[in-house]
Amino acid sequence: MANVITDETIEYVGILAKLELSREEKEAAKQDMGRMLDYIDKLNELDTSGVEPMSHVILADNVFREDVVVNGDAREGMLKNAPKQKDGAFMVPKTVE
Amino acid sequence: MDILEMSAVELGRKIKAREIGALEAAEAALAQIRALEPVLNCYVAVDEEGARRQAAEVQKKIDGGMQCGPLAGVPMAVKDNMCLEGMPATCSSKILENFVPPYTAEAVKKLVEGGAVVLGKTNMDEFAMGSTTETSAFGVTKNPWDPERVPGGSSGGSCAAVAANECFYALGSDTGGSIRQPSSFCGVAGIKPTYGTVSRYGLIAYGSSLDQIGPIARSVGDCAAVLEEIAFHDAKDSTSVRRRDCDFTSALVDDVKGMRIGIPQDYLGEGLDDEVRSAVLAAAKALEEKGAVVEEFGLSLVEYAIPAYYVIASAEASSNLSRFDGVKYGYRAKGYEGLHGMYKKSRSEGFGEEVKRRIMLGSFVLSSGYYDAYYLKALRTKALVKQAFDKAFAGYDVILGPAAPSTAPRLGELLSDPLKMYLGDIYTIAANLAGLPAMSVPCGRDSKGLPIGLQLIGDCFKEKNIIRAGYAYECTRNYEMPGLAKRQAAEPGRWEVR
Repeated sequence: MANVITDETIEYVGILAKLELSREEKEAAKQDMGRMLDYIDKLNELDTSGVEPMSHVILADNVFREDVVVNGDAREGMLKNAPKQKDGAFMVPKTVE
Repeated sequence: MDILEMSAVELGRKIKAREIGALEAAEAALAQIRALEPVLNCYVAVDEEGARRQAAEVQKKIDGGMQCGPLAGVPMAVKDNMCLEGMPATCSSKILENFVPPYTAEAVKKLVEGGAVVLGKTNMDEFAMGSTTETSAFGVTKNPWDPERVPGGSSGGSCAAVAANECFYALGSDTGGSIRQPSSFCGVAGIKPTYGTVSRYGLIAYGSSLDQIGPIARSVGDCAAVLEEIAFHDAKDSTSVRRRDCDFTSALVDDVKGMRIGIPQDYLGEGLDDEVRSAVLAAAKALEEKGAVVEEFGLSLVEYAIPAYYVIASAEASSNLSRFDGVKYGYRAKGYEGLHGMYKKSRSEGFGEEVKRRIMLGSFVLSSGYYDAYYLKALRTKALVKQAFDKAFAGYDVILGPAAPSTAPRLGELLSDPLKMYLGDIYTIAANLAGLPAMSVPCGRDSKGLPIGLQLIGDCFKEKNIIRAGYAYECTRNYEMPGLAKRQAAEPGRWEVR
């Protein structure tokens, strides 16, 4: 395997991905990611100098609209899905002391 | 003819003519579902009551002489990554197990407004990440042609339900082949339209620059009729395209005289099953005999599409799936420390293995220091792939090839080796990168009796070319139905869980 993923990298990617991996999962992720990157490195065979990165194939322009509310009040329906709610708001653990 | 074996368009016509009642059609489909679900598990949720209610409403409109769409009263199914107000949308993930969307996806809404009777939500690979429907948190879907085999994925539930006559058509979504590959494995027809043709509003996102909703049915004609209903410009999806040529059923013409069809040599080489190759070439021959001009050519870059796809799709997935954090909806873990602890624990417990794998890869390729080398490199490759297709479509109206390198593998065969599973998308992925319309049409079966899919790819906005070619080819053969799809209701209990 050409790409060796270190413990530090997996730790860092776990923080970015907001995932908490067990020791076994981390080991598996190191292997998986190394293998995938080896495969993805195939792209380096291609000379892409001077080629613009293409995000969207069809649309080139941004789409704008007036900043007005067009949908009705969906608060109740939205809150129905909340794992925890109180007084019409989503409840989360305390974030500021 | 048994109701269950009718085409969606034919059933719609008979319902409109009041030869068949909408409720009668719904009951027939529901009975088939009850009989076969213990074996196949195509659905994540079935809404019997809702289906009866919708059928009764449609019947009332028809009886009252009100204007109804061509598919009014026809029972159908929706992949579980599309929202339907009041019905769970799980994406086959534990993290969305209890999510009941307060609104309906625009594509589904169009069909419902036209009188569609929604039977339920179909099983899929978790968040559409997979090619076998085995990564679902709610059990594996089995292939109706052989319940020891996978139906393909990620729209495996939709395709298996259509093949098993558990619905008359279904909606699927296609990010890298998720409509075409399972259509091929299940012996049904499926279209991924040009990017931007069907609104993604209400489709739970995987790779937003690649995702498209499309129809799955037992014939090209049905697919065209459904696509015609769901294609429109939607201001709520900023990537939605304004098109004037959405009269797709007008392309259902059995005439391919002079049509230029190119077969990429790159799609016939190593890795392709011999029986699939023969069937695909025989289909090309059939079109040639009808007057099409068929030749082989070099498309190039085929082997670079998969690595570019996995970088782009994973990157977009890592961003799209960051919304699942246990705050506003979905699963929230118990016993965590602080807000970040809650995010992490909820996500780690809620997502399955394949989803975590792609989020990790996506986070990595977007991280500083790697963004240029991986993400931008993939976007540059995408530009080259698009150029290769532009060049090809200067010479051909349709590109023809296999939809998948093999027929349906056994359960578990691909799940153990992610990279091998990814390679199975080799013929479908490029159409997503380049935004092209593409479809899979059944073209025979292999010596194991498993269906083979013919893929037809068109240039952007040229669905009509592939629909015409697909229809002309379909006219040369009869639709083949798996034995298990014969009406089961007469023999209750025959298909017990084994």
